[in-house]
Amino acid sequence: MALFTRKNCPALALVILSLILPLVITNKYFMHVIIMGYIWAIAVYGLNIILGYTGQTALGHAGFMGIGAYTAGLLNLKLGLSFWPAMVLACLFTAFLGWLAGIVSLRTRGHYFSIFTLCVGVIIHVVITRWDDLTGGMNGLIGISGPPPAGPVSFDSLQAQYYLVLFFLLATIFVAGRVVNSLVGRTLTAIKTSEELTEVLGINTMKNKIFAFVLATFFAGLAGALYAGYIKFLGPQMCSVSMTFDMLLYLFVGGNGTIAGPLIGSLVLSTITESLQVVQEYRTVIFGPILIVLIIFFPRGLYGGYEILRDRIRRRLPAREAPEGAKEEVC
Amino acid sequence: MLLSTVNLSKSFGGLMAVNSVDFSIKKGQIVAIIGPNGSGKTTFFNVVSGIHRPSAGKIFFNGEDITGAPVYERTLKGIARTFQTTTLFSNATVLDNVIVGHRLRTKTGFWDVLTRNRRFKEDERKCREKALEVLEFAGLSNLADRPVENIPQEARKRVAIAMALATDPQLVLLDEPAAGINFDETAGITELVRKMQKRGLTVCLIEHKMQMVMNLAEHIMVLNQGMKIAEGTPEEVANNKVVIEAYLGSDDDAEDD
Ligand SMILES: Nc1ncnc2c1ncn2[C@@H]1O[C@H](COP(=O)(O)OP(=O)(O)OP(=O)(O)O)[C@@H](O)[C@H]1O
Ligand SMILES: [Mg+2]
Repeated sequence: MALFTRKNCPALALVILSLILPLVITNKYFMHVIIMGYIWAIAVYGLNIILGYTGQTALGHAGFMGIGAYTAGLLNLKLGLSFWPAMVLACLFTAFLGWLAGIVSLRTRGHYFSIFTLCVGVIIHVVITRWDDLTGGMNGLIGISGPPPAGPVSFDSLQAQYYLVLFFLLATIFVAGRVVNSLVGRTLTAIKTSEELTEVLGINTMKNKIFAFVLATFFAGLAGALYAGYIKFLGPQMCSVSMTFDMLLYLFVGGNGTIAGPLIGSLVLSTITESLQVVQEYRTVIFGPILIVLIIFFPRGLYGGYEILRDRIRRRLPAREAPEGAKEEVC
Repeated sequence: MLLSTVNLSKSFGGLMAVNSVDFSIKKGQIVAIIGPNGSGKTTFFNVVSGIHRPSAGKIFFNGEDITGAPVYERTLKGIARTFQTTTLFSNATVLDNVIVGHRLRTKTGFWDVLTRNRRFKEDERKCREKALEVLEFAGLSNLADRPVENIPQEARKRVAIAMALATDPQLVLLDEPAAGINFDETAGITELVRKMQKRGLTVCLIEHKMQMVMNLAEHIMVLNQGMKIAEGTPEEVANNKVVIEAYLGSDDDAEDD
């Protein structure tokens, strides 16, 4: 495989940058902010699959992230499972619930699907909040163990935690990228554009939508498990409906239906939110208008805007000649 | 018989859009369905392709009862169609549109795309080759990389047909393939339909352009208010009193859509 193609170069540069980041940044709080940005990004990649590529506005995403987090946390606290098996089981269990929710909710379309999944999210949040015996209710779960050492590598330091989360983020991007750039991805995008036409072309759209939903919730579960292992404390607010809307914001600002969008949106917005206390308090007031402006001028978010700019610069000359050529074709 | 419908009906509320229609298509034929606006032609296609469930009656394809089969299964079995309002995947190139059209004949799944194994590569190649083949067939090779938004209407009609062909169909249902295009372009589409028949395909088309219908079809069914009022060769239909009356009786049968 050619690693250093023109297309791969920016991505590779970013990977290298992300690898040396902990050596450059000494501020612990900033490291923490970036780790959290990565964790959110993993969940948002899931949202991107179901919403960005398949066009199904699923609004229960934070709920599924909560399932992943609480499953991992509870397996650790109540059954004494170590982080790794707990994480694997959390991902699988979340994906299983995603499948159950998917086969029911995906029978509805458009707004109904959104409302249905929103309800699923609310129900998960309510159950987690109220089921005191299991989840600790409002008090949450305290004292979850982080990942035990894997061979000689210990995950006690912040840097090690960073690399752990980075590893799963890269794996997520890898999986998402492979899915998107394939016949499977083409199928999902086709469903987004016209479900009826896709079905008429002999594709079982229901099956494909369920696949996208399961993959999306799997990523949410993974993000949740990582969250549990990193923060080591879980409270019901981490999976409240407003978190789903935060994720939507990350996705739309970064670029809905683009491969880099979830990462960009999560990093940029969570950094802004965390670093400016004012922003944290008034974030809806501040982010609302930003979102509106972005959607009007960059419907595909920051990354979509970058792509347009890049393409323009790349073929500046042909772009100028294009109108003439186009006219000829039409006449 | 490749396709036959028995007593096929579809009602919307009280309206009988398709009313007890018996119709059969022989393999290799070009047949046409004509009738005034609102006579149930598109609805007939919708029921045959599975978009609407029939209120009554049965549909057989290659002798098999497909009345209850979902849309995608019918396409898998070999029934492809185009839509009256040309439907394409927007924000994509002509080639991308047609590539998806062959997806149904591939089995690439999650594991294959993760590992990019033999099957993945084979299927990607298969779809691309099929797409290029049908684009060539439909005379669209030079537009392959153009976004479907900025190609002329006639080309869009051809893309819709190419997508249907990419599914490897036996029967192609064309809903007004020549609507909204000029005389010369209509001749081009007529040519294309003939070429499809030469390739061994069976074609059923709905069309208001009588010259095209008379020129192409070996067999014509006339619908009026959901009912089959006549059926036969172009000559038989053209001289049928009931048909002439139906056309004169309705005042909005203009060739405007
Ligand atoms: N989904 C639907 N719901 C309710 N009524 C419908 C629906 N589809 C079609 N109809 C009605 O059924 C009748 C037949 O419509 P259809 O579209 O099949 O006509 P058509 O023969 O294709 O006409 P045209 O030549 O104008 O395309 C019309 O009265 C139409 O209003
Ligand atoms: Mg019609």
